[in-house]
Amino acid sequence: MQIFTNTNYNFIRWRWHAIGLSTAIILAGAVLIATRGMALGIDFSGGTLVVVQFEQQVGEDRVRSAVNSIPGDKVVQQIGTVAERQIMIRLPQAASVEQGTSLESGSKAIEDAIRAAGLPKFEVVKRDVVGPVIGADLQRRGLLATLVSILAITAYIAVRFRPSFAIGAIAATFHDLLVTIAFLAFFGYDLSLNVVAAILTITGYSVNDTIVIFDRVRENLRSKRRDSLEEVVNTSVNQTLSRTIITAGTTFLSVLALYLFGGEALRGFAFTMLVGVVSGTYSTVFIASAIAIILSKKPKTAAVAAADTPRANRKQKGAKAS
Amino acid sequence: MNQNVRWKLVLILAVIALSVWSFYPPSTKINLGLDLKGGVHLVLRVQTDDALKLETETTVERLRDTLTRGSVQFTKVEMKDAKSFVVEGVQNDQAYRAAAVDPDAVYNRSSGVGGYTYAMKPNIENQLRGEAVTQALQTIERRVNELGVAEPIVARQGAVDQILVELPGVSDVQRAKDIIRNTAVLELKIVEQGPFASEELAKQAYSNNVPPETLLLPGSGDPAAGAGTPGTVYYAVRRASVVTGRDLRNARPTLDENNLPAVSFSFNSEGARKFGAATETNIGRQLAIVLDNRVFSAPVIQSRISDEGRISGSFTQQEAQDLSLVLKSGALPASLTYLEERTVGPSLGAESVRAGVLASIGGLAMVVVFMVFYYKLTGLNAIISIVVNLIILLGLMAYLGFTMTLPGIAGFILTIGMGVDSNVLIFERIKEEMTTARGARAAVNAGFDRVWWTIVDTHVSSLISACLLLQFGTGPIRGFAVTLIIGLLANVFTAVFVSRTVFELVLGRRQAQTLSI
Repeated sequence: MQIFTNTNYNFIRWRWHAIGLSTAIILAGAVLIATRGMALGIDFSGGTLVVVQFEQQVGEDRVRSAVNSIPGDKVVQQIGTVAERQIMIRLPQAASVEQGTSLESGSKAIEDAIRAAGLPKFEVVKRDVVGPVIGADLQRRGLLATLVSILAITAYIAVRFRPSFAIGAIAATFHDLLVTIAFLAFFGYDLSLNVVAAILTITGYSVNDTIVIFDRVRENLRSKRRDSLEEVVNTSVNQTLSRTIITAGTTFLSVLALYLFGGEALRGFAFTMLVGVVSGTYSTVFIASAIAIILSKKPKTAAVAAADTPRANRKQKGAKAS
Repeated sequence: MNQNVRWKLVLILAVIALSVWSFYPPSTKINLGLDLKGGVHLVLRVQTDDALKLETETTVERLRDTLTRGSVQFTKVEMKDAKSFVVEGVQNDQAYRAAAVDPDAVYNRSSGVGGYTYAMKPNIENQLRGEAVTQALQTIERRVNELGVAEPIVARQGAVDQILVELPGVSDVQRAKDIIRNTAVLELKIVEQGPFASEELAKQAYSNNVPPETLLLPGSGDPAAGAGTPGTVYYAVRRASVVTGRDLRNARPTLDENNLPAVSFSFNSEGARKFGAATETNIGRQLAIVLDNRVFSAPVIQSRISDEGRISGSFTQQEAQDLSLVLKSGALPASLTYLEERTVGPSLGAESVRAGVLASIGGLAMVVVFMVFYYKLTGLNAIISIVVNLIILLGLMAYLGFTMTLPGIAGFILTIGMGVDSNVLIFERIKEEMTTARGARAAVNAGFDRVWWTIVDTHVSSLISACLLLQFGTGPIRGFAVTLIIGLLANVFTAVFVSRTVFELVLGRRQAQTLSI
């Protein structure tokens, strides 16, 4: 079976539309984060998270009113199915948490409050208490790891290919990072350690995809010397298209299984990967090659962008007319 | 069958057999992380400032003592902060400097009007902080071992003053935390009577009316008869301690006059004074060395001991070492605070394992169906290489003793999806080559040869991000990075070597023109 036989889609023609769409998504995400703030998971913000399992079913509301007396913005949420009888309660970082005793006080207050409210018997199945020192440390290390990872991969591509390709790849990777974060904000997922791990994986995955195309471009540049770079890139994207789609498909399927069956703890991770896989595939086809072409054009780099736009528009109009 | 192919096949089967042997049965051979097994993960900070403060306090005390005894005039010797102190009102600089030699080893001295300011030398400060963390680590280790937890982890983490403690399968978290953080209290007390075989017998010795100034304490075995004697014995000791761990300066294993292992210890000036006086008046009695309310040993006092002493019993080398370590740890110069606590109940952990297994099977099933649907028989080739990949992954995890965590399961599942990538890359290329190459065999060979460098490039870039993840991560995330890295490395072997061998095996006997792809 073959889905894509000798395809010849003109992907490069759509580059400005693609860049426009991506910019819109990223801007929407940025606006949302700027107004509402990025929801940080307990790993980074610090605080207390307790998951209790009740012996009988208890509604979220009863637990919420039970812990109402505890100061701070609380989150009370059912975890998994109702039958699992698990409720998550999260407290923000207390003001003076440096001392060992107060680090524990949050979870104790929760347990005491539930007991006092006369709810059914319960068991604490999970308790995370993260102090501000650890939270800040993890934030710093997460950011550092992501940036160093991107830089190292860029350096590798610059050595193996040409610098303009490396910039195309890094742009596509940053694109995937930002799109993924935007979607996390749209769907209200917290930025947790697992999510950052997924984002780092996405950087590797996205570049992977890009490399496959660039490898092909390099090969075709040798055999099709008379074609313009634009044409060569477009041919390469088409030649590798079925591989791009199939790989994205299998990765998507396995991550989907993780999302569906992997349990509550890995849902944020799986969601991030799902978005990242789609975005990574899209950026490989539309963003990475487009930027590589734009940058490879002769010295007038700055003028190219401006000069290019009307031509792309004209072509697009022509396509519509036919 | 071609000789060459036969050897490749033997190698592949051997790798599979070794891997299966490494991880089977998985329930005992694969290390599960705390998030899957249940347990407590704690990060503590050692308040190393305490150690500096103690050093400065002791130095100030000693200097004051030395100056007074040497009749050097001064008005004030006072601690300023944890790292510095001042001396004021010194009349005779020469006499002062002759007397006050000791602090110069640890502090930088600067002169002022009629006095001096001392500031701790930076290298000594670092050394003291480092020692404080090491001592805390040893104390915690000892306590954790006392808890009887299987396979605990006590290690330094992140910043220099942080200690990571992982206790798998501990359900009473509060108790564990209390025990770890409890300041080790070392006390040296004079024994009034004992040892007794039981608490009852000890009480009877006082006609069941133990006076308030006397304390009954448990101890192990009969230290005089040598450590290791089974059973718990009881001592009646004076409640007031002669000296405590705070008065201790150092302890180290040594040899006594009969060349037998012993432990020597030294006190600071205050401790030496108290200890000297007490030992002088109690020669011939037993001295109980009490740690956290348990008598560790009770040697007989042979002579007056002042600032240095020796505990000789019938120690082995190891015991002497342990005892000095405990004494030092007991004199823990820094308090601990908790920075992070993560507890996972065993039921939740088991649930996560179940969900992980289900997701792995689901993921594998979906990918299998997809690959067979799309690539027909060649799809089976890809599936063989994924399954071998997963087997090697599990085998290496078990063999190298890496820990499987919840994110590690995610890495395992990702390996299923992303591992097929190399196969897809090769298959697509073979399809292309089929249109131009002469025969299936030539197409297969060309396909593998052409994508080799692409596979190298993609794997290197993925390994870069996985390695940084390993660098960045704490426990669970490291588990993810480890599965990812091993999965990637195994993938090069399976997608290229195993898959090609399977092709050779299938195409070996006939000069096939077609391939089910």
